[in-house]
Amino acid sequence: MGVGIQVEQLNAWFGKTQALKNINIKMAANHATAVIGPSGCGKSTFVRCLNRMHETIPEARAEGKVEIGDLNIYNGTPAVQVRRRIGMVFQKPNPFPTMSIYDNVAAGLKLNGFHDRKRLDEIVEKSLLAAALWDEVKDTAKKKSGASLSGGQQQRLCIARALAVEPQVLLMDEPCSALDPISTGKIEELIFQLKERFTIVIVTHNMQQASRVAEFTGFFLLGSLIEFDKTEKIFTNPSDKRTEDYITGRFG
Amino acid sequence: MATTTANMDLKPLSLQRRLMDSLMTGAAALAVVLVLLPLGAIFAYLVYKGIGSLNWAFLTQTPKPVGEAGGGMANAIAGSVLILGIASLIGVPMGIGAGIYLAEYGRNRLGNLIRFTADVLNGVPSIIVGIVAYGLVVLRQGHFSALAGGAALALMMIPTITRTTEEMLLLVPLGVREAAYGLGVSRWRTTLSITLRTATSGVITGIMLAFARIAGETAPLLFTAFGNQYWNWNMNQPTAALPLQIFTYAISPFDEWHRQAWAGALILIILIVVSVSAVRLAASRGMLKGAN
Repeated sequence: MGVGIQVEQLNAWFGKTQALKNINIKMAANHATAVIGPSGCGKSTFVRCLNRMHETIPEARAEGKVEIGDLNIYNGTPAVQVRRRIGMVFQKPNPFPTMSIYDNVAAGLKLNGFHDRKRLDEIVEKSLLAAALWDEVKDTAKKKSGASLSGGQQQRLCIARALAVEPQVLLMDEPCSALDPISTGKIEELIFQLKERFTIVIVTHNMQQASRVAEFTGFFLLGSLIEFDKTEKIFTNPSDKRTEDYITGRFG
Repeated sequence: MATTTANMDLKPLSLQRRLMDSLMTGAAALAVVLVLLPLGAIFAYLVYKGIGSLNWAFLTQTPKPVGEAGGGMANAIAGSVLILGIASLIGVPMGIGAGIYLAEYGRNRLGNLIRFTADVLNGVPSIIVGIVAYGLVVLRQGHFSALAGGAALALMMIPTITRTTEEMLLLVPLGVREAAYGLGVSRWRTTLSITLRTATSGVITGIMLAFARIAGETAPLLFTAFGNQYWNWNMNQPTAALPLQIFTYAISPFDEWHRQAWAGALILIILIVVSVSAVRLAASRGMLKGAN
């Protein structure tokens, strides 16, 4: 089951440059929240702060309170434990190039010391089913390399891989920006199904996509959260002038 | 965009462009031939000179005293295997370890210092590496040994393996590492199971380059392994090695020894080619985890 996310006073830096300024936001469990804004506004940094990926970049740091369910992730919890609860899908599909499709999905479990073969078979099948990839790869999953799939399939493989560790939250950082419209459509459909089991935060440049998949939308500008509301409200009747300018294409 | 491309396709290429195209293709082909020629020539000449003295006795017997015909270099072949084995056991893990450090943690002054040291070490003449091993191992042990020879060769392997491992690891896209971090895999586990595994084939190429280079080294063995006319499997004893034996025989005044030196050189180059190919084959078949 998904859990809610509560962010208070979140600030993030790259060296001396402040990338996020005082973010406060509350995201509902089992819903999709879209994060939009022009390039460089801090959307990616924001989601990367939610699973402590931000700090893997040299000289990057983050401060504030982020609660995933009842877990305060900046409170001494080891980052690896945080990341096991929060799955992430990246902009560019990044399957492990030397592993088979099966091993890619099983990687998160195997590398964390889980080796029960029968259970792994079940989990891999379940995850590939959930990522709508099972039918296309069920006969070749153990033989073919993950890198041999098409871009859209690779991205669904990455989703399956993230689902296999049974996270509570799924972060998606522009998951469709490298994909064609058909693959994009498949992923969007998938997001609808996944919402039943996970809380989803999706960064997107595509405002139609935000309005299609997300119940809530947050608009970022220059490191600040300008507006956060129901998606419908953001796109039809935003309360901030800057949001309106952005969604109507006047800048950004 | 589409129309411009179509228009350009319709116009036939000018004679000048076609000529230039053939010229450049020809130049590239010629360069390939020039690269392959010395190797082919060396191998052909070795076969021509060495094949006559190559027989079963050469591969199974120890050298005969001067004046007696026959005998072989079996002990030198075995000695080379022993010394190269010791060198690889020391050099490969240290080289890979240092390479991992440089790629994953070495963006600092210590890293730069190690990089500089490795590059300088790479350029140190092999005879000097031999002297260092003499000072470090032979003097301490009080006698020549296969171990000392292996240590000298390991010292030559380490910088090459370190730098190639580092470069191969840095070629692994950040996205692959991030995928592992995102799954909650710890950093050391990511480095070993994901990054190193992704870079395996490149790292193996580096190891094989280093191996092929030291396999033929003579100078570092002169006063470390020293040579031996008899069988020896004890790594604390002076040991024969193919390059040493070839050297000794080649500078001798005896025709029979000259012929044997040629055969030894042929065996040495075959050993190198066979071991490098075997490792590559094993890697491509996926027997070493993670090669593509």
